[in-house]
Amino acid sequence: MQSDQTTVQGSKAGPAPPGAPGSDDRRWKLVSATMRRHGHSSQALIETLHTVQEVYGYLDDDSLKQVAHALGVPLSKVYGVATFYHFFTLKPQGEHTCVVCMGTACYIKGAPTLVAAVNEVAGISTGETTADGKLSLLSARCLGSCGLAPAVVMDGEVVGRIGDNDMKARITNWLESPGAEVANA
Amino acid sequence: MPEETTNGTQAQTTLDICVAAGCLSCQGDLVKEALEKEIDARGLAERVAVRGVGCLGLCMAGPLLRVSPDGILYQAMVPEDAGEIVESIGKKPVKRLECDAEQSFFTRQVKIVLENSGEVDPDKLDDYTAVGGYDALAKAVGEMEPSEVISEMVTSGLRGRGGGGYPSGLKWGTVAKADGARKYVICNADEGDPGAFMDRSVLESDPFRVLEGMAIAGYAVGADSGYVYCRAEYPLAVKRLKNAIRQAERAGFLGSNICGSSFRFTVDIRLGAGAFVCGEETALISSIEGNRGSPRPRPPFPAASGLWDCPTLINNVETFANVAPIIRNGGEWFSGIGTEKSKGTKVFALAGRVQNTGLIEVPMGTVLRDIIFDIGGGIPDGRKFKAVQTGGPSGGCIPEQFLDMAVTYESLAQAGSIMGSGGMIVMDETSCMVDVARYFMEFCMTESCGKCVPCRVGTMQMHELLEKITQGRASMKDLDLLEELCEVVRFSSLCGLGQTSPNPVLSTLRYFRDEYLAHIRDHVCPAGVCKMKSPSKIHAEVA
Repeated sequence: MQSDQTTVQGSKAGPAPPGAPGSDDRRWKLVSATMRRHGHSSQALIETLHTVQEVYGYLDDDSLKQVAHALGVPLSKVYGVATFYHFFTLKPQGEHTCVVCMGTACYIKGAPTLVAAVNEVAGISTGETTADGKLSLLSARCLGSCGLAPAVVMDGEVVGRIGDNDMKARITNWLESPGAEVANA
Repeated sequence: MPEETTNGTQAQTTLDICVAAGCLSCQGDLVKEALEKEIDARGLAERVAVRGVGCLGLCMAGPLLRVSPDGILYQAMVPEDAGEIVESIGKKPVKRLECDAEQSFFTRQVKIVLENSGEVDPDKLDDYTAVGGYDALAKAVGEMEPSEVISEMVTSGLRGRGGGGYPSGLKWGTVAKADGARKYVICNADEGDPGAFMDRSVLESDPFRVLEGMAIAGYAVGADSGYVYCRAEYPLAVKRLKNAIRQAERAGFLGSNICGSSFRFTVDIRLGAGAFVCGEETALISSIEGNRGSPRPRPPFPAASGLWDCPTLINNVETFANVAPIIRNGGEWFSGIGTEKSKGTKVFALAGRVQNTGLIEVPMGTVLRDIIFDIGGGIPDGRKFKAVQTGGPSGGCIPEQFLDMAVTYESLAQAGSIMGSGGMIVMDETSCMVDVARYFMEFCMTESCGKCVPCRVGTMQMHELLEKITQGRASMKDLDLLEELCEVVRFSSLCGLGQTSPNPVLSTLRYFRDEYLAHIRDHVCPAGVCKMKSPSKIHAEVA
């Protein structure tokens, strides 16, 4: 599942990648460690991208460039691999994430109406983030939790057998709760 | 097996609670904590132990708890129930939480792959060795020649459980005979089939068993290292597997001088990144090498030229989980279970519109009706059975007329579906079969790696046609085109993803053609799933 997502902090000038690589950012050290563990081999590309996404929440441009340089892989290939696999995301995620499982069992037990419910409350479709950065709606191919269909993952927690109304209530609750920036203001 | 309590004494009662992903997402971990607290508070720590175990099977009733040795099974508990449960130990069980352990769901199963699921703590090597774990590995490296291990596998008649059903012994023999200074063993744990969670459950419940199977395979084919290619979407399975590798290395079941012999075998994990095509072996190899998961034409097969061009043995999780019992009990024993051509048992993930959703293991040849209506408890809400979808996007929908069919690789193929990895999604009359076909085609379209044209373009066109049908905008000409495309994509795609992607369409066309016709001719969705535009609107659009 999606790892804990980094909150998009509110500077209007466009968020700097959370901790530019190359800086003494602790998170980048974890990325370096992964590359080192694999002897900076080009074959470590996917493993490295996993670490980048785990620590930064998404694959930002600077990290991709840095990884390409460190592993001696053309940037085009790094982008190619990063966009080929569904698990990787190039966009920062919202403060909260809701992943709706679209596996067969969930599909026939009403996953499409759950997506419609989120759309109704938050006005976003699958793959989108609300304008205020509060919520990202994602879909998963199959969570392997078919016994709990329809299942969703809300901020990392699997919620099984969820109904449209419960879904709407949870999303509304998120949208209306004060965000990190507001709380700090 | 009496469990040790926290102060090292043997417990009189053990509370085994399921800690696989399904039950954990129903607060299983909180129930476990609450039970531990209650036991401490009542000063029962010397007599009662709480243990996290693998999947107990009946996922829909989670979290599940078994009280040993009393044999009581509890279901659907919340943390607040802990007090009552602990209080009842040695007395009358808590009636309202009891789950009938004598129901067909439990009694009709035959467990080989899942024999340790729910019996051992997946985080403890000691638990695994206590039930005979790693005996088979010790026997293989200590008493058998590699060729003997392979001939035992051939005798067993085990066929690949990833879906293809290729004879495992034959594959092992090919890799053993292949020339190469280095050879590799890969465990395919990229369970991408929507509606399948067998591999997930086996990895979460009994990771040591999979590693043991891989090590035996490594010994048999002459490989000294292996990889588990696991879905990143299964973090718990990855965590348990990592822990199992570490413990097995420390105890000398992996690494150098395994079980005191000169055999050396190491296992590493590679994370998948959400690409269905990576379940295909050549695409999987490409992904381990750090590239896009694009398949390549075969031959050469991975058995001759696989990972880094070395001979490579690739088997699925469930296949490896079958190895230790085969070596322990002999190939003859295994081949005595199942049918003539489909030996052993098969794990199925039973889900969808069925009463008992969960994980089951039955002998090959079990009748479909028994699986769905006896073990599965039938269709809920008084509805009627319509079809069962097996084999994921490469499979098909099997209608009512085949309910008395014995499930084997051959019979499923005859009915227009496949075994696949073992997902079984039951559908009732609330499912529209055209919509189901559209759903799978959308899946195949987005999962196509794009390397070959028939799959990249063909699945997209087919999806568009199905979309047209479900919206009531299609003509009979579109249906003809759809059928033609099925053949083209099937015969000209490069890999299994493309070749099998028409299956859900073909099987629904074969058995539910009238539903297609209702959509096209009458602009009606008999199941009421598809939202049709009214015919007058369509005419207006055409005009």
